[in-house]
Amino acid sequence: MSTSWWSWDHAAAVLPLLLDGFKVTLLATVLGTLIALVLGLIVAIVRRSAPRVVSAPVTGVVEFVRMTPLVVQLVFANLVLSPYIDSTLAIGIWVLGIHYTTYMAEVYRAGIDSVPTGQWEAATALSLPRARTWRAVVVPQAIRNTLPALGNYAISMFKETPFFVVIYIPEMVRNAQTYGGDTFRYTEAITLAGLIFLVASYPTSLLIRRLEKKLA
Amino acid sequence: MPEKTPGPDTAGTPHLEFRDVVKSFGDNTVLNGLDFTVAKGERVTLIGPSGSGKTTILRLVMTLEELTGGYIHVGGVPLQYEEQGGKRVRIPDKRRRRTTTDIGMVFQHFNLFPNMSVLENIVEAPIHVMGLSRSEATAKAEGLLAKVGMEEKRDMKPSQLSGGQQQRVAIARALAMDPEILLLDEVTSALDPELVGEVLAVLKDIAAETDISMLIVTHEMQFARDVSDRVMMFDQGSVVEEGPPAQIFSEPAHQRTRDFLSAVL
Amino acid sequence: MDGVIGFFADLAPNLQLLVDRSPQILDGVRTTVLATVVGALLALIIAFVFGLAQLAKVAVVRIVARVFVEFFRGTSLVVQLFWLAFVLPQLPYPLGFRLDPLLVGVIALGLNYGAYAAEVVRGSINSVPKGQYEAISALSLSPVRGMFRVVIPQAWALMIPSLSNLWIQLLKGSAIVSSVTLYDLFFQIEQVRDRTGTWFAYLFALVAYFVIAWVIVVIMNALEVRAKHSIGRGPALSQSWRTLFRAPGSKTAEGGLA
Repeated sequence: MSTSWWSWDHAAAVLPLLLDGFKVTLLATVLGTLIALVLGLIVAIVRRSAPRVVSAPVTGVVEFVRMTPLVVQLVFANLVLSPYIDSTLAIGIWVLGIHYTTYMAEVYRAGIDSVPTGQWEAATALSLPRARTWRAVVVPQAIRNTLPALGNYAISMFKETPFFVVIYIPEMVRNAQTYGGDTFRYTEAITLAGLIFLVASYPTSLLIRRLEKKLA
Repeated sequence: MPEKTPGPDTAGTPHLEFRDVVKSFGDNTVLNGLDFTVAKGERVTLIGPSGSGKTTILRLVMTLEELTGGYIHVGGVPLQYEEQGGKRVRIPDKRRRRTTTDIGMVFQHFNLFPNMSVLENIVEAPIHVMGLSRSEATAKAEGLLAKVGMEEKRDMKPSQLSGGQQQRVAIARALAMDPEILLLDEVTSALDPELVGEVLAVLKDIAAETDISMLIVTHEMQFARDVSDRVMMFDQGSVVEEGPPAQIFSEPAHQRTRDFLSAVL
Repeated sequence: MDGVIGFFADLAPNLQLLVDRSPQILDGVRTTVLATVVGALLALIIAFVFGLAQLAKVAVVRIVARVFVEFFRGTSLVVQLFWLAFVLPQLPYPLGFRLDPLLVGVIALGLNYGAYAAEVVRGSINSVPKGQYEAISALSLSPVRGMFRVVIPQAWALMIPSLSNLWIQLLKGSAIVSSVTLYDLFFQIEQVRDRTGTWFAYLFALVAYFVIAWVIVVIMNALEVRAKHSIGRGPALSQSWRTLFRAPGSKTAEGGLA
């Protein structure tokens, strides 16, 4: 058992590993967010405008994915897909992206709903074509209302990438855990990983809060 | 008709006194060196265009706004600030609350507590501020509800009532504290026109039956004429002219008052 | 046999296996539920303490609460869990000690989601209309009395939907505690995986979590209906039991209080 609170030697040794892992973390966040943004919009539109035979099952699947643990989904998908897909990271990113699709779809839906009916009525009164109504009236206002929430979910995804440890993807926290296992010294590795998360996520959430105020 | 109470006692200590009152919101000075007094039992109505600082005056008396400069005294007692050794010192909230216990306010938007029934709204402060027992407070509340014609709604939630009914409950709630000063802040402005009458009728009765001092902001000129001892015409944070309602409404001295009255009457 | 075909071919023996293993699996369910419920209670306490502290008059209290909330929101649940499980026992005397895995899970879940919930509490209290605070003032009610008797009952109705979502996230997050040797539902399912095949084991696990999540949804919907009714919005619980089975995402947008 070590006796010192903190060892700069360990800190220096683990930092490059953490930063390597951080690249994976960032990659997963960015790609996962893109997946969720695109699929979420598709799901929101399907749920709103597709016939019930389509929208009802979609709604069921979305609720199921959203209300079950990402961790279980990760392990499950990895076991099922690893014979066909070489990259565990790719599997992880898709599962993360699809999990958050269910949240982002809800954000889009709320955003569309938040456009007052008066706006639709005014567009009708002006005889605007439906496509034009969506593009010029509804979507711009809906985006305003959704941007902060979408941003917050992107940050959530960033902070949930460490769930990848369950399928051994070498992101930052997994690297910290590995270092701890190899050296029997966890303090610096885990603490630094947490601080890096804090340093990265806090300014981003401040930015989103400012955006929120500006758009409000 | 109930007996008319004796008129205001203009000889004694003013019930309410504004001394060189300044109120700014950021760079915007709403009141700049305002002086006026209200005698015990006097009913004073503030009229004037919106944004002239009338509501701010009531909110200062209720300590809902912080004074920027000057002093307000209630029955001779300093309310928000006091002078100590030539310095202007802030009075702590606890002591402010002791002074404001004698002041009641009725708001434009009623501000009833939606989580409490009508009765609970009324007994809350008498029990927890004045220290009445629940049965005393309930008996008192029932009397007040009868006075405002709401005794049958005592167990309802505010959301089940019309605006006029909510406002009558709010009046009963304010009276339950036995206020010596009552502040009425545009109490009918949020009401549908057909509900205004019932609220004003209740207030006229209270004005006739009690000797509570009142400071009133209203756009109902007939009401102002009926209940006021004095009307003060405000514009841009200062008093343009003041006098008994008959004088102000019939023969205003100032062009601004004439313009204002011809616009609202 | 594995894969989708194996899932159906082996359904009967797998179900039998599940029955045989039911003591362990029920134990796992119990652990997951325990971690989720105790974690949520801890989170709720933290949420109110630090949510209210952020509205305190004394600047130091506000700042400390703000730092606490930002710290536990910002450092990720898994890191906090690993810190309690791996770092804490390694710290030198007198700080270093090893916590029971269940306690590690509960504390990490409570701190992390409690920090998020503190924001919910703060936000809801801020969205109680200003007129309510003014009425409290006009009646000379003490700020504490006003807070607990007037503001919080109204804010409570506003915060329940968000707290409901957070509680489900906490349940989902609890699956990670198996990685610090807590034998929860997920852990127990992994133990039968070799014999039942992947599809059966994980679909069962997902369905089990889904069911627990729905119990949470129904409880929170009931609380919400009750809270709304008590501030005079919406019907009594006895008249609106159907709304209990509404999905958390399908709530209609609520306007402000009257």
